[in-house]
Amino acid sequence: MSLLSVQNIGKSFSSYRSELHRFARWFGISAKPSEEHWVLRNVNFEIQPGEAVGIIGQNGAGKSTLLKMITGTLQPTEGRVEINGRIAAILELGMGFDPELTGRQNVFQAAGLMGFSSKKIQKVMPDIEAFAEIGEYFDEPVRTYSSGMQMRVAFGVATAYRPEILIIDEALSVGDSYFQHKSFGRIRKFQELGTTLLIVSHDPGAVKSMCNRAILLDNGMVIKEGKPEEIMDYYNALMAKKEETKIVQKVLGDRVETVSGTGELTFSNIQLYNENEELINTVRVGEAVEIHCEVVANRSVNSLVFGCGITDRLGLMMFGTNTLHTKQILHNVKKGDIFLYKISFLANLGVGSYAVHCSLLEDGSHIEKNFEWRDGALVFDVVNVDKKTFVGCMWNEMNFSVEKTKG
Amino acid sequence: MQGMLRSLWQYRHFVVSSIRNELISRFARSKLGGLWMMINPLAQVAIYALILSNVLAAKLPGIESQYAYAIYLMAGLLAWTLFNELVTRCLTLFIEQGNLMKKMSFPRITLPTIVVGSCVLNNVLLFVAMLGIFALLGHQFSSVMIWLIPLTLITVMLGLSVGLILGVMNVFMRDIGQGVPIVLQMMFWFTPIVYPANIIPESYRYLLNLNPVYHITNAYQQVLVYNEAPSLGAVILILAIALLLMLLSLFMFRRASGEMVDVL
Repeated sequence: MSLLSVQNIGKSFSSYRSELHRFARWFGISAKPSEEHWVLRNVNFEIQPGEAVGIIGQNGAGKSTLLKMITGTLQPTEGRVEINGRIAAILELGMGFDPELTGRQNVFQAAGLMGFSSKKIQKVMPDIEAFAEIGEYFDEPVRTYSSGMQMRVAFGVATAYRPEILIIDEALSVGDSYFQHKSFGRIRKFQELGTTLLIVSHDPGAVKSMCNRAILLDNGMVIKEGKPEEIMDYYNALMAKKEETKIVQKVLGDRVETVSGTGELTFSNIQLYNENEELINTVRVGEAVEIHCEVVANRSVNSLVFGCGITDRLGLMMFGTNTLHTKQILHNVKKGDIFLYKISFLANLGVGSYAVHCSLLEDGSHIEKNFEWRDGALVFDVVNVDKKTFVGCMWNEMNFSVEKTKG
Repeated sequence: MQGMLRSLWQYRHFVVSSIRNELISRFARSKLGGLWMMINPLAQVAIYALILSNVLAAKLPGIESQYAYAIYLMAGLLAWTLFNELVTRCLTLFIEQGNLMKKMSFPRITLPTIVVGSCVLNNVLLFVAMLGIFALLGHQFSSVMIWLIPLTLITVMLGLSVGLILGVMNVFMRDIGQGVPIVLQMMFWFTPIVYPANIIPESYRYLLNLNPVYHITNAYQQVLVYNEAPSLGAVILILAIALLLMLLSLFMFRRASGEMVDVL
């Protein structure tokens, strides 16, 4: 049985010529709304226990509406949501805190709002107090708190009991980094214990590192569903979408290449070479390598910026830059011109699989004009041949020294 | 209906702690704190008694005490403040709690329940203060006062149902929130609280029967001023009206619950 099943839900906001029509409808008198505005329609998905699902979409795509219907604050106009478990949402932390009451009293109130009995709240109160780490402030009125302190208490309450489904909004990225680590740690622990996560975010890093599935919403519809890195790439391409842009995703072995752009310039060849100018697809840690990109101008353009970066298996950018920042913009590119970009660097990367991302832009931003944008253009593996064993996604020489200072 | 009661029971701790916290907030950073909610109606009594007692005291039939008018005023105001507070608070309840309703999922029925709890609490405190004044004025108490319990219940039902109906509609039509306080003000003066019913010309007095609050204040006055049981017929009539309105308001509340969040 699935934990959460969203069946064909849709939401429309109706307006009536007169509100009296609305009142009449409650009493069974049929009155047609003068206008129906659908913000979400035909959304279907199921979530199994233990999954972590990211919901992605531009502002106004319907993410919040969907979440509100899942948490139950908003009633769907059609379809239904089935939930087999308790839902906790970290949407607006500190919602409903009374500034005159102390932290402890507000915790009571907030936990009560989540439907817990006072006995149950008493039991976890010490945990919440310890988690918030705000010391004596816990018994001071909330109006004396900083916003970060308020967040700590609010997060503590929202996650005092492990829910079956935890909904996390982008709001989570506030607070100091220490507390962010702490709260992510708690979320990860819940996840290990079997809590399903539903994450709404614009942050590709968060989605790629925490989710194993992503759902892309646009204009109130699910337009794509699949692996987070694939969906994030598609989303990035969609962000840059203009009328003449087309987006193509090709499956190349076990990964997906996403190509989008307006096509004034295109890549004709992308390859990876080692120091001896030999074509390779396996790289030693720390090896000097060079990426060769051949670019063809199908039309004349005023300026051309070339961007390149290395992403890891999850699509997280390891490093990257473009020729705007290196001050190597090409001007007055003529139709028929062919360029060869060579990018050399040391592969100071951890062991694993990496992909090359390449883009051709007009002025360095993804949004303005995007001739061609390739995610996963080239894939290579990094292996450790001649370095000491290390962990992490980066290689750096670490020199240890030790001396006995006592005894 | 059953579902409403079940979720209310599940959220009882929330309701109780909300009522308590409301009280705490009111006391916070104010020296007299909750006393203000008694001072307000009592000051009203003092003003009316001072200005109108000479004009109206003589018109109070069948009572000798020189303080009779003050007692009469308090009896009517005790009923009126409860009704008035319930209606005005329910009127803006959903708009004020709009943010919470949009962001958190909890049984909506808890919101009016909290209002009822805190209004009744205020009213009990006011009643205690009035009893103290009665004792000072040498007014005697009797067992008839037990009638105040069912009368309070009826007043709560009436005030809550009127408030809920108007409060739900106010979410969609904000004019209601502006108009109702004016209507309440008029209703206060069309109800014999400050003046006795017998100063109204005989030929118009039947109109009073159309005012449901009149039956309530009249019953309060019977009990507190004259130490008499209220007329059973009137009580049953007003109970029936209150029950009907209660059903109507709960029905509307249920139908509107989902839609309210859409427009808040």
